[in-house]
Amino acid sequence: MNVFDIIGPVMIGPSSSHTAGAVRIGKVARTLLHEEVIEAKIMLHGSFAKTYRGHGTDKALVGGIMDMLPDDIRIRHSLALAKEQGIKVSFEEIVIDKAHPNTAVIHLTGKSGKNVTIRGASVGGGNIIINNINGLEVELSCQNTSLIVVHKDTPGTIAAVTSFVAKSGVNIGNFRLSREERGGLAVMAIEIDGAENESLNEEISKLSNVISSTMLKRV
Amino acid sequence: MIKYDSVNELVTMAIALNKNISELVINQQAEELEKSTEELYETMHSSLQVMKQSVTEGLDPDLKSASGMSGGSAFKMKKYVDSGKSLCGNAFGMSIARALAVAELNSCMGRIVAAPTAGACGIIPAALLTMAEEKNIEEEKIVMSLFTASAIGIVIAHNASISGAEGGCQAECGSASAMAAAALVELAGGTPEMVAHACAIALKNILGLVCDPVAGLVEVPCNKRNAAGVANAFVAAEMVLAGIESAIPCDEVILAMKKVGDLMSYSLKETAEGGLAATPTAKRISQRIY
Repeated sequence: MNVFDIIGPVMIGPSSSHTAGAVRIGKVARTLLHEEVIEAKIMLHGSFAKTYRGHGTDKALVGGIMDMLPDDIRIRHSLALAKEQGIKVSFEEIVIDKAHPNTAVIHLTGKSGKNVTIRGASVGGGNIIINNINGLEVELSCQNTSLIVVHKDTPGTIAAVTSFVAKSGVNIGNFRLSREERGGLAVMAIEIDGAENESLNEEISKLSNVISSTMLKRV
Repeated sequence: MIKYDSVNELVTMAIALNKNISELVINQQAEELEKSTEELYETMHSSLQVMKQSVTEGLDPDLKSASGMSGGSAFKMKKYVDSGKSLCGNAFGMSIARALAVAELNSCMGRIVAAPTAGACGIIPAALLTMAEEKNIEEEKIVMSLFTASAIGIVIAHNASISGAEGGCQAECGSASAMAAAALVELAGGTPEMVAHACAIALKNILGLVCDPVAGLVEVPCNKRNAAGVANAFVAAEMVLAGIESAIPCDEVILAMKKVGDLMSYSLKETAEGGLAATPTAKRISQRIY
């Protein structure tokens, strides 16, 4: 903990968990989509479902989906801005068994028809955890830069990716693998120290059996 | 090496090095974050600019939160102070107006600096900007005093809590008030020991305060408690500058706050199930909003 965790962050109110954290969850979904959003289906659980209008959680999530940061003053008007830009947004209250009380499920459709679904929780002080990406369980704190590598479950793919990271002189702080089934779709969630090097990400996405690689920076 | 595990540590080291707590902290943080003191100063300076902007925006008479519960109080308060009728004068009246301005702006989805949290964001800006205006203090000293406030906040976060959900409002508005009192005393030329006494007195005065937000929103009673929090910071600072000491040392007060927080019922820790949130009027408001 440092002085800027105490005096800071600069954020749009009213609540670090219900507003700032919600922006971050939205932004993760947008980053994973890699393109402009044309439709967002947002499902809210627990305290998020109960209090989202009063806390502006809806505006915060949509702000994040539109690539805004937690201190972006446009968040207050994000629903109107989304409408202006022709982004279709819907909200639904749901119940997820054993989920954190501040949980959102976001399903995005991009302009080329691409889809991304994530489940994330705002766990206090603006910190978030992403629990699920496209149906695959992950556990991303987003405190550090992370690489989300979606790939085909084939022998040697993990070794190829991690040795490439190693060759780039980047240290891995955390690694988690999740897969649908043997030989099916799988995702590596790799937290790395420092190095927000975009070219690393581009090179990994070119490796064989890698479907996509996304770099999530701390926001 | 500072561990931030006690206020006494900060006081002892500052005295040993013949420095203010703020100087001690900015140097240590520069080492820890591997950045220059100038960079850290600039980051804190930009937070102070956001605080000033929040006060200006929060004084808008037409400010209104989504629930309709907040907005416009800061404007009323300033108008009253400007009329010259304030019972306790300009400094006191304007510190209330500024605390309300920033807290209400937060309720209305404006841009604020969490200090230490969004719910208590009005207290520190109100204390420091009022002190700067009343005593003509240059901006550099105000920025530096934020390092002293932060250091106190880190110790409280380590040994107790700065979250209403964990420790009640004493942990949010209480911590902010203690941090503000510490900064005020340093700005007024108080010694590091006096900073610790001010922090102790401010916390003692808010000990036991519960977190009971109406409808679960950061509005009622939070915004007015920001006004009370800045008043309490001045009460503590004034007593200490007059030479009065806290009978209980600051670190023991912080630990007492932790124990009180642990004893506090779950219904009084940001769940909107007890206290003011459970009153008939609060329930009616809640039904209207949801």
